[in-house]
Amino acid sequence: MIVALENVSKTFANGTTALSGMSLTVGAGEFISLLGPSGCGKSTALRILAGLTSASAGTIRWAEDGVDHRAELGFVFQEPTLMPWATAFDNVWLPLRLKGVSRAAAEPRIRQVLDMVGLGDFHASFPRELSGGMKMRVSIARALVTKPKLLLMDEPFAALDEITRFKLNNDLLRLQAAEGFTVVFVTHSVFESVYLSSRIVVMAARPGRVVAEIAVDEPRPRSEAFRTSAAYADSCRVVSHALHGAIGADDHL
Amino acid sequence: MATPPKPGFDHQRWIIPLALFIVVIALWEIWVRVAQIPHYILPTPSRVAATLIADWPVLFSSLLVTLSTTLQGLALALIGGVGLAILFTQSRLIENALYPYAVILQVTPVIAIAPLLLIYMPQPAAVLTCAWLVAFFPILTNTTQGLKSADHNLQDLFDLYGASGWQKLWHLKLKAALPYFLTGLKIGGVLSLIGAVVAEIAAGSAGAGSGLAYRIVESQYRLNIARLFAALTLLSVTGIVLFLFLSWFSNRLLASWHESAREREV
Repeated sequence: MIVALENVSKTFANGTTALSGMSLTVGAGEFISLLGPSGCGKSTALRILAGLTSASAGTIRWAEDGVDHRAELGFVFQEPTLMPWATAFDNVWLPLRLKGVSRAAAEPRIRQVLDMVGLGDFHASFPRELSGGMKMRVSIARALVTKPKLLLMDEPFAALDEITRFKLNNDLLRLQAAEGFTVVFVTHSVFESVYLSSRIVVMAARPGRVVAEIAVDEPRPRSEAFRTSAAYADSCRVVSHALHGAIGADDHL
Repeated sequence: MATPPKPGFDHQRWIIPLALFIVVIALWEIWVRVAQIPHYILPTPSRVAATLIADWPVLFSSLLVTLSTTLQGLALALIGGVGLAILFTQSRLIENALYPYAVILQVTPVIAIAPLLLIYMPQPAAVLTCAWLVAFFPILTNTTQGLKSADHNLQDLFDLYGASGWQKLWHLKLKAALPYFLTGLKIGGVLSLIGAVVAEIAAGSAGAGSGLAYRIVESQYRLNIARLFAALTLLSVTGIVLFLFLSWFSNRLLASWHESAREREV
């Protein structure tokens, strides 16, 4: 176990209940997707895990006490969220730089992660010179540069075209196999969640809550062949069914 | 939409305004000669040019006085404007306490404040204060806006990695504020010249001063209208050069990353 949410709720100042009584245990090496319609609290749950927002009720339990858990986290936003004034190299340096690591000392690791995401030739490029997919790769490299145990991703590929998204899906699975981190991945795509996840947490809105947990037992690492397999189609059907059950109860959509 | 400027020599952009300028000057010259307008009412452009050359030593030394006031005013406005903007973003209390006064200073016309300042301060200090007053506000407001405009997700990222307030300011907010600050600098630079000129005119009316605007007041008293035009020409050129320099400086700083400094492919 890396971290567990126990009966966690979040109510905003305006009275909206974003998340109600969510429990989730994140085990080491898992790839968990939080899947649901907008307003189901999936991003809120991610931000609570990251410590970017506090829970109104409930507990967050980490495997180890007394350490700075944020040091073990990586976060990838829906937008690449790069500093436009800095090169790919300097953007990836940022997390280490904030911890006081010099450019020279950080360089081997920065080169390594940029190579891992396939941007070995783009160290000196500014974000505006990169495509949407490449910017997202820089963002992932930046999250991985600190060797996080837990990678939190908030709909990272939602704004990308399908071809780029499939490619990044495969790269993410490959990176996870190589680096051994755990992922909590927020998405609204059934297909993406089934392809990537070892476990899918289906959520519903108003109030945001967990309605189902579905394991995807297909062995990892997975490849493109999985996308066209019967097992994939079966899992998609099960997950879609659970998701539509959750949405069906909501008249506001 | 208009065609964006292309690198290199753009004929449309330079030739047409230049041609218009030559035509207007030529018509002015011809009209004054034909209508036999006395030079103490309206001098010919050729007489203005001749005066500019003949009076160059006195005009140039006055220009240096005005330019020095302008640049000092701008420098003080930079320190004050950026410093206060940083204080504003670090402390809401300071912003609430001081911002209304910054606005009051700005909305009160400097031409109305200048005579008062000339009573309470030595003349150079009063002129400098006026230049500072008008240059200060655009730098303050633009920089404050810029410091607050840093991407929220990036701010979250800095929090996630445990960045200190100063790290956030240095690595994120000041960088994000740069395009806004440079806009303030461009406006403030030109306004500083105007502030200096306004204060010099107020001082000149009181019979003191040595700047270019004082030369204008003095020339008007002496009906030396050609010299007035010559001084005015120098002031305009100074303003244009100042603006072009600040624009160039701004583009240089932003060239590598900001949209505003990029050429668009069409």
